[in-house]
Amino acid sequence: MSSRPVSSGQLPGEPNHARRFTTIWLIATLIALPLVIFVLGPELPPGNASQQAAGKVTDNTVLLAMATPVLLLVTIYLIYAVIAFRQPAGGALEGPAVRGDSRIQTAWIVITSALVLSLAAYGTVRLEADNGAGSGNGPKPLTVPSGPKLPVQVIAQQWAFTYRYPTYGGVETTHLYLPDNETIELHVTSIDVIHSFWAYQLGVKADANPDVDNVAFVKPTKLGAFDVRCAELCGIWHGYMYDKGHVVTPSEFATWIAQQQKQMAPATKVLPPYSTTYLPEPTRRAE
Amino acid sequence: MGVVWPRLGNKYGVARESGERGDGDLSVFMKKLLAVGGAVVAIGVLIGLYVADWATTQPTAVASSVATPPNSGGTQLTLETVAAIGPKYEPSHPDWVSYLVRKNGQWVHSTIYTVPANSIVHVTVYQYDGDSGLRNPFLSQVQGTVGGTEVVDGKTINSIDPEEASHTFVIPDLGVFVPLPGVAEEAKNQCEFAPCEGAAHRTIEFSFKTGKKGRYRWQCFVPCAAGYLDGFGGPMQTLGYMDGFINVV
Repeated sequence: MSSRPVSSGQLPGEPNHARRFTTIWLIATLIALPLVIFVLGPELPPGNASQQAAGKVTDNTVLLAMATPVLLLVTIYLIYAVIAFRQPAGGALEGPAVRGDSRIQTAWIVITSALVLSLAAYGTVRLEADNGAGSGNGPKPLTVPSGPKLPVQVIAQQWAFTYRYPTYGGVETTHLYLPDNETIELHVTSIDVIHSFWAYQLGVKADANPDVDNVAFVKPTKLGAFDVRCAELCGIWHGYMYDKGHVVTPSEFATWIAQQQKQMAPATKVLPPYSTTYLPEPTRRAE
Repeated sequence: MGVVWPRLGNKYGVARESGERGDGDLSVFMKKLLAVGGAVVAIGVLIGLYVADWATTQPTAVASSVATPPNSGGTQLTLETVAAIGPKYEPSHPDWVSYLVRKNGQWVHSTIYTVPANSIVHVTVYQYDGDSGLRNPFLSQVQGTVGGTEVVDGKTINSIDPEEASHTFVIPDLGVFVPLPGVAEEAKNQCEFAPCEGAAHRTIEFSFKTGKKGRYRWQCFVPCAAGYLDGFGGPMQTLGYMDGFINVV
């Protein structure tokens, strides 16, 4: 057994690994960052079908751009270590433990803390600047978009969403139609168990809880269909709680809602008055 | 490049050269590793088999029959709803509420129905269950049927009193919403459990168009599972009772 002391410094004939590794990492980062920001970024979910969705694409790009150097640092170091510090034939099975490099430890803690804290600050600012960024704000949002808003209630139940338009006589519909370029004030609630309303391409996701009015804002900016799903496991048919929503022109919306008011008149007559939440009594069969 | 590693002792104070093995220690460790790994794999396989069995156990699909009278076009689906399926059809859950379908003159416990694409399906539901009320009165209006109506005991209507609903027959992806009124509480000769022939009932008839081929989920929207919290459990959460598939072929 050898008792030769282990030196933490550079061995004679050994290349400067720190300099070499840093150079490789910097070059890789300089190549990857523009690709991430300008090529991958615009393709990130959820797309640009609404003001909130486009904001999320920007946020996801920022997050990915911040994470890319860290990812490259760890990945390149792993690969570098496997190549440069591999066990030579006939060497010991276990290498020496490396301890006590306070510079590396300090740098690692300071850099990662700065990254995480700056992202937390960025996220908080973006969340409020975009009025919740399409997510549920609870019954009393901290910030509300200025200007006129179209209120639309999303009612979840096992296993379908229905939609109520309080400014159109409280008519309830089985499909969601929204006018383009108008701010929508979604009031998301449930009449049975916990669901989650997820309009993917619009960048909207809000929990639907019984007896809770969860408000989310969205401004659609692209005509066409979007996916509506439940994002909270809610029972046997959760996977089938799916529908297509539609963003249409204001005139098409006016025509559609007028049709719904006429067609659904019998149901509208027996609906309870519009309320931000509903908590129906359990049916007589229930316990 | 390559660092010259000093020869270090292992944790037992013995240097291991390349190719050298502590066979005794390794074999005990390996035995433990194999035992734990084997147990994990065995449990995983058992769980997988249970889930696979559960996921693949489905009621037998029942095809709709030629409509009567034959010149009415389309096919006929005859269903019944009962407050309790009874021991004859489901010994493990005799008190669960359920749908049944008629096949070759016999009532069959199935909620998977096969109907032709791009055709009209005439549905008759014999409703033997009492009312329990809708949680969402919106579902009291008939939608998506031919004419937007249903015929209840010979009377054509486009909605019912939400409080009178016993069940619904809804195919969301086809836009079909049909509320089924219940048997009056004071009616004589109430059915205790299936089969219910001769007992008090409501007769509901409606037709819908099928459209393109596919597998469509249907369900009852009334939380009608007696004995479960808010009526949501048991038969409401189990395929084959208050929900199923329409196979459009």
